[in-house]
Amino acid sequence: MRIQKFGGRRRAIALAGVASTALVLGACADTNDGSGGDGGNAEAFEIDCSAYDEFGDLDGTTVNLYTTIVEPESESQQASYKPFEDCTGVTVAYEGSREMEAQLPVRVQAGNPPDIAILPQPGLLNTLVTEYDAVLPAPSQVEANVDEFWSEDWKAYGTVDGTFYAAPLGSNVKSFVWYSPSMFADAGYEIPQTWDDLLALTATIAEGNEGAARPWCAGVESGDATGWPATDWIEDAVLRSAGPDVYDQWYTHEIPFNDPQIIDAFDMVDEILRNPDYVNGGLGGVDSIATASWTDAGYPILTGDCWMHRAANFYATQWPEGTEVGPDGDVYAFYLPALSTDEKPTLVAGEFIAAFTDRPEVQAFQTYLSSSDWANAKAVATPNGGWVSANNGLDLDNLASDFDKLSGEILADPATIARFDGSDLMPAAVGTDSFWSGMTEWFASGESTQKVVDGIEKSWP
Amino acid sequence: MTSAAPTTESVRPTSGLGNRARKARKALSNPWASTLAVVIAVIWTVPTVGLLVTSFRPELDIRTSGWWTVFGSALQGEGVFSLQNYETALFGSSTNMIDFFVNSFVVTLPAVFIPITIALLAAYGFAWIDFKGRDVLFIAVFALQIVPIQITLVPLLSAYVSLGINGTFWTIWLSHSIFALPLAIFLLHNFMKEVPRSLVEAARVDGAGHVKIFFTVMMPLLTPAIAAFGIFQFLWVWNDLLVALVMGDLRTFPLTVRIAELAGSRGGDWHVLSAGAFISMVVPVIVFLALQRYFVRGMLAGAVKG
Amino acid sequence: MDWLLHAGDDPVHKLLLMVFAIGLFVALMAVILFVVDRPRNPSRWFVGFGFTGIALLLLLAGLVYPAVRTIWTSFLFRNSGDFVGLDNYVRAFTEPKFLIVLGNTALWVLVAPIVATFLGLVYAYLVDRSRFEKFAKGLVFLPMAISMVGASIIWKFVYEFKPQGVDQTGLLNQFMVWIGGEPQQWLLHRPLNTFLIMVVFVWIQTGFAMTLLSASIKAIPTDIVEAARLDGLSGFGMFWRITIPSIRPALVVVLTTIAMTTLKTFDIVRTMTAGQFDTSIVALEFYDQGFRQNDAGMAAALAVLLFVIVVPVVVYNVRQQRKVEEIR
Repeated sequence: MRIQKFGGRRRAIALAGVASTALVLGACADTNDGSGGDGGNAEAFEIDCSAYDEFGDLDGTTVNLYTTIVEPESESQQASYKPFEDCTGVTVAYEGSREMEAQLPVRVQAGNPPDIAILPQPGLLNTLVTEYDAVLPAPSQVEANVDEFWSEDWKAYGTVDGTFYAAPLGSNVKSFVWYSPSMFADAGYEIPQTWDDLLALTATIAEGNEGAARPWCAGVESGDATGWPATDWIEDAVLRSAGPDVYDQWYTHEIPFNDPQIIDAFDMVDEILRNPDYVNGGLGGVDSIATASWTDAGYPILTGDCWMHRAANFYATQWPEGTEVGPDGDVYAFYLPALSTDEKPTLVAGEFIAAFTDRPEVQAFQTYLSSSDWANAKAVATPNGGWVSANNGLDLDNLASDFDKLSGEILADPATIARFDGSDLMPAAVGTDSFWSGMTEWFASGESTQKVVDGIEKSWP
Repeated sequence: MTSAAPTTESVRPTSGLGNRARKARKALSNPWASTLAVVIAVIWTVPTVGLLVTSFRPELDIRTSGWWTVFGSALQGEGVFSLQNYETALFGSSTNMIDFFVNSFVVTLPAVFIPITIALLAAYGFAWIDFKGRDVLFIAVFALQIVPIQITLVPLLSAYVSLGINGTFWTIWLSHSIFALPLAIFLLHNFMKEVPRSLVEAARVDGAGHVKIFFTVMMPLLTPAIAAFGIFQFLWVWNDLLVALVMGDLRTFPLTVRIAELAGSRGGDWHVLSAGAFISMVVPVIVFLALQRYFVRGMLAGAVKG
Repeated sequence: MDWLLHAGDDPVHKLLLMVFAIGLFVALMAVILFVVDRPRNPSRWFVGFGFTGIALLLLLAGLVYPAVRTIWTSFLFRNSGDFVGLDNYVRAFTEPKFLIVLGNTALWVLVAPIVATFLGLVYAYLVDRSRFEKFAKGLVFLPMAISMVGASIIWKFVYEFKPQGVDQTGLLNQFMVWIGGEPQQWLLHRPLNTFLIMVVFVWIQTGFAMTLLSASIKAIPTDIVEAARLDGLSGFGMFWRITIPSIRPALVVVLTTIAMTTLKTFDIVRTMTAGQFDTSIVALEFYDQGFRQNDAGMAAALAVLLFVIVVPVVVYNVRQQRKVEEIR
């Protein structure tokens, strides 16, 4: 999926009147703009400037950055660059556009690329490298940082055909189920520890269905990326039912998309999401999954019409203004259980830094972004939470919320078997097209699983 | 573009509009016609009203109840309106909204004036100068309307980059001018053709050349047509996002770029977007109202005195 | 030089630059017209080129060249230089997905322009010279002032679905509930959904049709109307026998223009359904292939298909034009 997946929260746009106001205002009391809540105290974060000495005198230079991250999240992004700008005198010219993924190849082809782009998914990196030959290999300093702070797997996602191009930036943890702690407590439900527990709990809740209420709610509408949330469901199911090795074979097409093991995973999801007794809490029938906007699909939890909503950690920032996210708050999330408690497969995703020019200031900035300094500066610059990174130099104490710390812990946990979002790694014709539309049809018209997987397999280039 | 009734008797629009008043108020005297007109007007207005009401509602209300419920709630004295969305749209950014407005103006005015001027000259050329190959050329220009702007982006931007003018207002003006030409020439050509030949002949007998005819005969007659096309071109440029994003840069971005961002990185913040949409609509509506008096008279209203 | 290129962040500088640009343009035009007007007996070709030259040069560089390039690209594989002949076209005419797209496009181009033009015409006729004319026209014009994406968002919420028992937030489903029906997933009903999306387009374009047609109606010579009235025509008869024939050329122009716009418009479908549920059209597929799948070859082939679809429209126009010319 290529939708943006990064931290921050629009709560910042509308700070007035929220409990966090005092905290935020306090934090940014000495910044000059005062307009954004996010990014308040980034300036307080100090880094070791000597790391950038080797790039020479950069004072007065500018680095152009192009990204999908727009306001309000962009404010904490820009704030996290402050320490670097203060050290080096470089100005980072920040350009955020939601059309960036379509526009970047145009600029690249026209010979007008930005210096650096934040790619929301590795598939775009792959396209830029193989189709347009546009991305420059990462400089040695960046590679050294990534070797130090990131796992082999993460480095591999930024690698195309054996050349390392793009350092990972933020990370997302996708294997979460959102719920209302108080609803669970009142009903006496426990957090399920295995997939069977989850199914049993679902069945129990379904017995009490009233009106539009159902155990689960889901929505896959996402503009022209409609369908991606459903692909996450399938990926999580493949990881659980078939295991990480099959998962790797699946997205690399060593096994076909309509392999029986994949169909098994579809059946796991089918059992929940296409059962009219289990979905779609507060949103309608099974077909409403196809049309419900993913950004709002979890909201029925707040009205008691829905019990569980599977969504990534960044959904923390999607809740309406004033919703408290926490173990004792309005909503919280538990890890989507595996078949047994011995394993902890986790679906992750993240964005990557690609460079199109190699001026010293650009390389210096790339180096900064791949460092633990940046990760910590970003954590500090995001006082409202909703952001995490698998950068192992990140001090989890710098993260703003309990929930971010939980995400951070899962990423750092050695028992976690992390796998990257498969649709981001598949060829675009599948990962951003037939997989999405196939899933959408699966819900919209009740298409048979066999027909859907056959169709997706056929579209594999 | 009106003139003769080709299928019935051939009549030329040279006579006076004369007693227009007698014709006035004929249509709406029929109750069925009135009803139909009102129905269309309502259907065309209600969705926009819905958006307007929505833009003044708090986020959670928008998601849980229909905008039409506010009227009942407001009557009961509940505070259902909020300016929060407008506040966010106007002041939520680190960049001043005024800058985006300025950019929109700077982009739009030349991008309306330049292509219309070029198109007027070209339309005159195609309509009244009998040069070799003009029919073929005109059909070609007309057919170019179908070229999707998207296919021109890479070639144009490459050219701008090699000229070293990428990311400036110049490239935006130039691009908009090019994209507007096929339709502008096509429409204005049709208007020009409707100018009675006798007027042109008379001027020619008086010794006027093409340039003089263009300015003294055509321009006054075409004022309503220019106003009409001007408003459309204004709207298209004002609402353009694509050219602004591709050809511009941070310092040239117009209002639409800002409005598009209001939906948030993940597109869920459309309550802010609704406010942004109205902020952006204000100027085009003012322009429409201001220019309306020019073209309600009828495209060739001035022709009668000839 | 830099002052002329980059205005930086200074609003005054930007405005000055704008004035300068307009001034420069006017000066350029003045020079051209002066030169054209100079010779005593210029050749027609010289004058013709003087008037049309700038437009033709701009179009040649800005539209013709990219169009030709696109035709060439449509024979290539993706972004490579590999020639694959008609492969992309074969795909467009054989893959089931593209067949639906072609069918929808045909539907769009046949229905949307006619409905928009018809409604614009009827409305323009009805409010013509009424007391509320300006206001009434303003209302129908309003959607033109909203961008296509904005308009689509508005209508998406009109069609929004909430299950029975929950408060409706979509106006259409609220109507269903008010009249005792069940709320519907409007955008999932095929082929109804294609028509519902067309409604958005018609909603926008009717204002365009109305503006131009209203002007034409006003230009109908009064003596024709008077004569018809003396013959006892009124109401519908007047509309059908006098108004429509009198503004026929304008109708053709408006229909053509809207048809061209129909073929090119993809933002509406993109915003409403992103082409899901069998609602995609060629323009959206073109955008999708070109800018999301980065398949330049396939996108080019689809763009060329748009040219081809438009040929009959062009031919029809040329014939109409000839007819009018014969009468003149």
